Amino acid sequence: MFPVLNRKPTLAVWKFTSCDGCQLSILDMEDEFIDIASAFEISMFVEATRNQAPGPYDISLVEGSVSTPAEAKRIVDIRKESKILVTIGACATSGGIQALRNFSDVGEYASMVYASPEHLSLMKTSEPIKHYVDVDYELYGCPISKKVLLEFIISTLIGKSPRLPSSSVCMECKSNGYNCLAVTNASPCLGPVTRSGCEALCLSYDRPCFGCFGPKEYANLPSMTEIFKNKNVPEDELIRLYRTFNAHSELLARASKDLEGKE
Amino acid sequence: MDDEKTIKVDYLARVEGEGAFHVKIKNDKVQEAKLNIFEPPRFFEAFLRDRIITEAPDITARICGICPVAYQMSSTHAIEKALGINVDAPIRNLRRLLYCGEWIESHSLHVYFLHAPDFLGMQDALEIAKVHPEVVKNALKLKKAGNAIVKLVGGREIHPINVKIGGFYKSIEIKQMDELQRNLKDVKQITYDTLQFCSTLEFPDYEQDYTFVSLRHEDEYPMNEGRLVSNKGLDIDSDQYEDYFQETHMPHSTTLHSTLNNDLFFTGPLARFNLNFDKLPEALQKLALKSGLERNCKNPFKSILVRSVELIYAVEEAIRIIDEYKKPDMPSVSYKMKAAEGSAITEAPRGILYHRYLFDEKGLIRDAKIVAPTSHNQKIMEHDLFHLAQKFVDLPEEELTWKCEQTIRNYDPCISCATHFLKLDIDRS
Repeated sequence: MFPVLNRKPTLAVWKFTSCDGCQLSILDMEDEFIDIASAFEISMFVEATRNQAPGPYDISLVEGSVSTPAEAKRIVDIRKESKILVTIGACATSGGIQALRNFSDVGEYASMVYASPEHLSLMKTSEPIKHYVDVDYELYGCPISKKVLLEFIISTLIGKSPRLPSSSVCMECKSNGYNCLAVTNASPCLGPVTRSGCEALCLSYDRPCFGCFGPKEYANLPSMTEIFKNKNVPEDELIRLYRTFNAHSELLARASKDLEGKE
Repeated sequence: MDDEKTIKVDYLARVEGEGAFHVKIKNDKVQEAKLNIFEPPRFFEAFLRDRIITEAPDITARICGICPVAYQMSSTHAIEKALGINVDAPIRNLRRLLYCGEWIESHSLHVYFLHAPDFLGMQDALEIAKVHPEVVKNALKLKKAGNAIVKLVGGREIHPINVKIGGFYKSIEIKQMDELQRNLKDVKQITYDTLQFCSTLEFPDYEQDYTFVSLRHEDEYPMNEGRLVSNKGLDIDSDQYEDYFQETHMPHSTTLHSTLNNDLFFTGPLARFNLNFDKLPEALQKLALKSGLERNCKNPFKSILVRSVELIYAVEEAIRIIDEYKKPDMPSVSYKMKAAEGSAITEAPRGILYHRYLFDEKGLIRDAKIVAPTSHNQKIMEHDLFHLAQKFVDLPEEELTWKCEQTIRNYDPCISCATHFLKLDIDRS
């Protein structure tokens, strides 16, 4: 439950290591943007305004993962200034696609892209925000769902608990009446283990789910792996399927390492 | 006593991603102008290795939340070229429509939300909304119409899911296009109003003799295809790109800078406009010239006018494509995997985007190279910072700082885009 204030709540939007897409979702709410912007005091939203106000902030929306020492320090400062801290998107909730480097040697990556990697100041791994500070709410997805974001924002304004999706993509797929591609097409589909929120978008485009919203809570990845193996999905293909935008989430990381036979 | 000062902004607002700049001035002479990027690197080229080519459109889309379609288009075209895939005309048109959608949403965002506030002396679009509520309401309506195209053809606005090597996962039904078409016809007038609105803005008197670089196509204003040309004689295929364009590590910065034969160049809407003026419809050419643009425009501040012209173009082009739309017989063409290498350049809203992939017979990527529009424009932005600060060196510090910010926003930099950017030592305090 959110407290209802007798003034406009202050809102801050923060960027860490990311593509900007999740905070762009706020600007992409074309029908609601003006109303949202006038319901809050926007204290910090660098992508949208030159205005910057000091904390404390009633609500902080945090996009991106922590991948540098400076970011690790900055998130602690932001946490101190924020009453409610919400992470938005796969980078902030699981480390993002840049966490693929967690499965490799970051030094090797740096020399592959940059001529003089000695200038880099990087953490060995890309981590979700919750790795460093307490997080009050998490909005999943790569990118987040505008509908879920709107539900969350309205909840903060009227003081109710937000209803955030927690079932699987399969549930959304079936309730929309889409064909099950896992059954009809023998395609490796991550729908059974992926958190809902996208309304089974890919399935509506005749495409199997590839896991933008990350693993659903208590998803049974070992069982999923067994099913894929029984359908003769090659192991290297499975590892790639598990290692995309939420590769570093606990369940998917464990499942992909199991396939590699690593700890 | 020497009079020294530094104009600086530690966290540049109204751009995508994290950047800063400083300009050092001594006795009214600019000594140094640097655009600094503190966006952490994400190593896309490295982790594309050992991925399969079919994943490239989905993975590279994540480089940029503002222009994911550009990444999907450059990657699919590069890989299709390598494999010798020729898509059917309906698929080609659908892709052009998708790109129109991205140009519309990106340009309307930039014109009204990121750039116009500078010309009006305002902090953001919300301030504009207080004075001209209808203007911002219409801007959002226009942006939404662009996003609606991306949403229908691509599946969703950010990181679309329908693009694949060979075409699309699913074709779009003709009747699904009806609402889109109504939307577009509805916002067409807004694009003309946008150009009218922008033509009333005041443009700083600043011109440079730029080398403009963009695609050029025989039959159309360039998006997905064409040769890479400049106003100084360049005329090459994407395969030759790396013979002409180099990425270098500058001693003053840890960022990779792209140069054309070791020289500065300029990419983006202004370059496209100057090099493809004759490919715009005649009526739009005339209107552009009546609205404050010149045939060879050298004032980067006028890029807001060019974006407005391209908004008109993109909306009308989208309407044309939908009018002539025929559903592809198959959503994608089939192909045979083989070891190959291929490159492509497409026109992202903010300029040329180069992709090259080398992959083996299983389709596993062995090497990838991506050069984003913002890497291409990095040096020219610094050049402008230097010369603009010199030209307006007498302005009060606050005003000069803002003008410098505006100079960078002329390029609509997308700092998240640049996969190469490194960590710099910048004190945020």
